[in-house]
Amino acid sequence: MGEQSGLPGFGRAEGDFSRVDVHRLVQALQGVLPAASVLHDPEDLRPYECDGMAALRQMPLVVVLPETEAQVVAILKICAGQGVPVVARGAGTGLSGGAQPHRFGVVLSLARLRRIIAIDAHARRAVVQPGVRNLAISEAAAPHGLYYAPDPSSQIACTIGGNVAENSGGVHCLKYGLTIHNLLKVRGVTINGDIVEFGSLGLDAPGYDLLPLVTGSEGMLAVVTEVTVKLTPKPQLAQCVLAAFDDVVKAGDAVARIIAAGIIPAGLEMMDQPATAAVEEFVHAGYPLDAKAILLCESDGTPEEVSEEIGRVRALLEEAGATEVRVSRDEAERLRFWAGRKAAFPAAGRISPDYYCMDGTIPRKRLGEMLQAIQAMEKKYAMRCINVFHAGDGNLHPLILFDANKPGDQHTAEAFGAEILELSVALGGTITGEHGVGIEKINQMCSQFATSEIAAFHRIKAAFDPAGLLNPGKAIPTLNRCAEYGRERMGASRPAAHPDLPRF
Amino acid sequence: MQTHLADFIRDTPEGREAEEILRKCVHCGFCTATCPTYQLLGDELDGPRGRIYLIKQVLEGQPATEKTRLHLDRCLTCRACESTCPSGVEYGRLADIGRHEVEKQVPRQGADRLMREALKGVVPRSGVFGTALGLGRLFKPLLPRVLAGKILQGPAAGHWPAPKHSRRMIALAGCVQPAMRPSINAATARVLDLLGISLVEQASAGCCGAVRFHLHDQEGGRDDARRNIDAWWPEIAAGRVEAIVVTASGCGVQVKDYGHLLKDDPAYASKAVRVAALTRDPAEVVAAEAAALHAVLARRRARASEQRIAVHAPCSLQHGQKIRGVVEGLLGAAGYVLTPVADGHLCCGSAGTYSLLQPGLSRQLRDNKLAALGAGAPERIVSANIGCIEHLSGAATVPVLHWIELIDEKITNLA
Ligand SMILES: Cc1cc2nc3c(=O)[nH]c(=O)nc-3n(C[C@H](O)[C@H](O)[C@H](O)COP(=O)(O)OP(=O)(O)OC[C@H]3O[C@@H](n4cnc5c(N)ncnc54)[C@H](O)[C@@H]3O)c2cc1C
Ligand code: SF4
Ligand code: SF4
Repeated sequence: MGEQSGLPGFGRAEGDFSRVDVHRLVQALQGVLPAASVLHDPEDLRPYECDGMAALRQMPLVVVLPETEAQVVAILKICAGQGVPVVARGAGTGLSGGAQPHRFGVVLSLARLRRIIAIDAHARRAVVQPGVRNLAISEAAAPHGLYYAPDPSSQIACTIGGNVAENSGGVHCLKYGLTIHNLLKVRGVTINGDIVEFGSLGLDAPGYDLLPLVTGSEGMLAVVTEVTVKLTPKPQLAQCVLAAFDDVVKAGDAVARIIAAGIIPAGLEMMDQPATAAVEEFVHAGYPLDAKAILLCESDGTPEEVSEEIGRVRALLEEAGATEVRVSRDEAERLRFWAGRKAAFPAAGRISPDYYCMDGTIPRKRLGEMLQAIQAMEKKYAMRCINVFHAGDGNLHPLILFDANKPGDQHTAEAFGAEILELSVALGGTITGEHGVGIEKINQMCSQFATSEIAAFHRIKAAFDPAGLLNPGKAIPTLNRCAEYGRERMGASRPAAHPDLPRF
Repeated sequence: MQTHLADFIRDTPEGREAEEILRKCVHCGFCTATCPTYQLLGDELDGPRGRIYLIKQVLEGQPATEKTRLHLDRCLTCRACESTCPSGVEYGRLADIGRHEVEKQVPRQGADRLMREALKGVVPRSGVFGTALGLGRLFKPLLPRVLAGKILQGPAAGHWPAPKHSRRMIALAGCVQPAMRPSINAATARVLDLLGISLVEQASAGCCGAVRFHLHDQEGGRDDARRNIDAWWPEIAAGRVEAIVVTASGCGVQVKDYGHLLKDDPAYASKAVRVAALTRDPAEVVAAEAAALHAVLARRRARASEQRIAVHAPCSLQHGQKIRGVVEGLLGAAGYVLTPVADGHLCCGSAGTYSLLQPGLSRQLRDNKLAALGAGAPERIVSANIGCIEHLSGAATVPVLHWIELIDEKITNLA
């Protein structure tokens, strides 16, 4: 495939950037940015060494803090000219190490590009800079009775640029779609400094639709500098049902029943007992603490639609063995129910110093099976795992609890996590639902895709970024890495994913 | 989060506390979203998660420079990050420990040092003319513009009812407030009097200690605490008072922390815990007497006016003391119409001595806050902390008062 990409060996091995001259780089960057916007002392760099996945750390050479698209262009031109890797960064809430810096690279923070450029209430769209927080868009749209539908649990902090790069989902994506379904246009800058636009304000346009290509591309094709999102009218009414179960598997079953009945709730989420207890301490939502698992199921629409759907949901939940079913009494309570779910990951910090958040997706009818397997793995690895799911779309977030100060703990957690992901694939699912591959799941990509598919990914990458400078080492594994990983797994007597690659 | 604290601090009480806090942080970044300085500056180093990292570096033995100190100086200690943090990270305490260490490693020079020394010396003791005036004289040549807006004179105190009830509470006389707004404690005394509680002041008490404590004079801050405890103790020990009412929420948060501050002082530790437990913001006191208040209000209802009021909840009230929505509820019950205020969680930029030490950021925050407060065209603005009240008054186009003064207006003017 090297020959086909036009660059010999492209996608086979990691690039070698060790000859980057940091003094020359800093000097050039200071020529296009104020000195205070170019950080290069270790003291200033360390807080940028990781994103929301704090176990994966790497100091960069430089962090730059541009304020305008023109500065972004200038920075990229300098980096392209000097052959320097560039890692874009939004709010650094990513959970797969996507914004982890490159050892010989620049971290390009988009946090200062945080202007809401326009809200067009009639066309129901907003034009925003990439550093605008997800929730800030909905807040700005609220006076028009509109909101931006995808709501990652991190929506208070994560940026729209990061959402585009990860194609993020959220608790309401079951009904309203992922980031990609709520975008009209994305403007970005390629590594050469060219400004490109993906998508359009119309619903269709001639030529290839490249918007889905850049969405979820994890900062590897272009740096996003402007996003036009669709806004959704706020429903007349939204109510959330909270159901308690005395068994996680029963809760998983209830999810399958709701979906099988043809209901598409606005959100359908599950938390097990320890997760519920941890968040209750923070939000005081009144969650039942004796339940082994709780489900949150939301209905929205007209009052008639909502009451009809809630009636059906309630019946299904009771049939599935719910021990308690509550309906939010008012908007404040509904928001409290969700606030708890949205705070679930960091609330785990109350019960464990570190957690490793998984992101596998499986067919919904196999939820129960997966939960049982995780319980067995807890014993096998002697490590606790708490469960928070976007149950409605089969997206699991098991949180493996560990203590990074204990030697070996992190390694065990990783092995535990890898087994969950591989089981996800075996159950007919995928290794990532919404958090992206980043650096964390790069090996599992080799299980998910065949060599020819990975080679095709590299050719697309090469079309945008032939020198491989944008976020190198992330999202798409090199073919050598897959060969290496296959060999390791063969050692563990499992079939290799890439038997056709030479082993070294 | 993984930690490897350096030998110099690992086995000290501060080291243990810092480690416990650091380990709780899971680096999710939620807190950056509500941090006023991150929102203005857009640099991880000027947000809570980055500051936690900076402090961690220092405690892990990496030498600090002026840069780390600058990012910590820019922090308002507003503790919005604590309200946002689902993991329960006590940033404020960690910042105290981190700042103390950084100050030791990177001492202040020149005008910065002078300014801080003067603040420590003047604010807690200023008598007749109030802090701003005292400082204004001291620093006129240095920083005239910063202070120009600060020399204001508040309304007269009005009468203070003689103590006649068996229920008694002590009011902290404070340091800045009596000079600038004697009306606040007097209004509180009148309101409480109608609710069946006599409020008394103890002359020998004074500054709560927050000023010195947060200007790298932690021992001085503890001395202030001890002096106040001494002043109040006879009344407390004799069981003559049921609470200590602190009408400035910035001071209240400090007094409520006395137990923690003096935990290693055997002579004061248990008294400090007791004092802290007795300390109340007036919002807590009045809310606890809601039934009595409603009865009084019902009697005066005829003359209720539906004035539009914007509420600015001080950080020390909502994030520090975690009292949220109570003042709003009381004002609503008293018949005021509350205008909507966006971003109510954000600091106004006053933050103790911050408005003097970081005037640029402070002014931006104040302007943003006044814009948010003004959005619903209120006739008056209220807050719960003297610092915020004075800071906002410096540029507001409508009067800025303590909320208790509005309750006072409703129920006692007619008495
Ligand atoms: C507690 C918690 C809960 C979460 N819940 C969810 C959830 O419910 N659903 C979900 O989908 N995710 C969730 N996430 C993951 C994360 O918040 C999302 O992936 C989010 O979209 C990342 O946005 P960010 O601004 O923080 O990006 P960062 O973490 O800074 O970056 C993420 C990736 O995007 C790239 N990138 C960032 N900005 C740009 C840009 N302008 N141009 C090009 N590339 C860019 C980076 O290089 C990196 O690869 C959660 C994270 C946390 C910590
Ligand atoms: S919100 Fe809490 S856990 Fe998350 S980064 Fe901030 S301090 Fe750490
Ligand atoms: S205390 Fe306030 S200014 Fe300081 S880090 Fe926390 S939120 Fe930011």
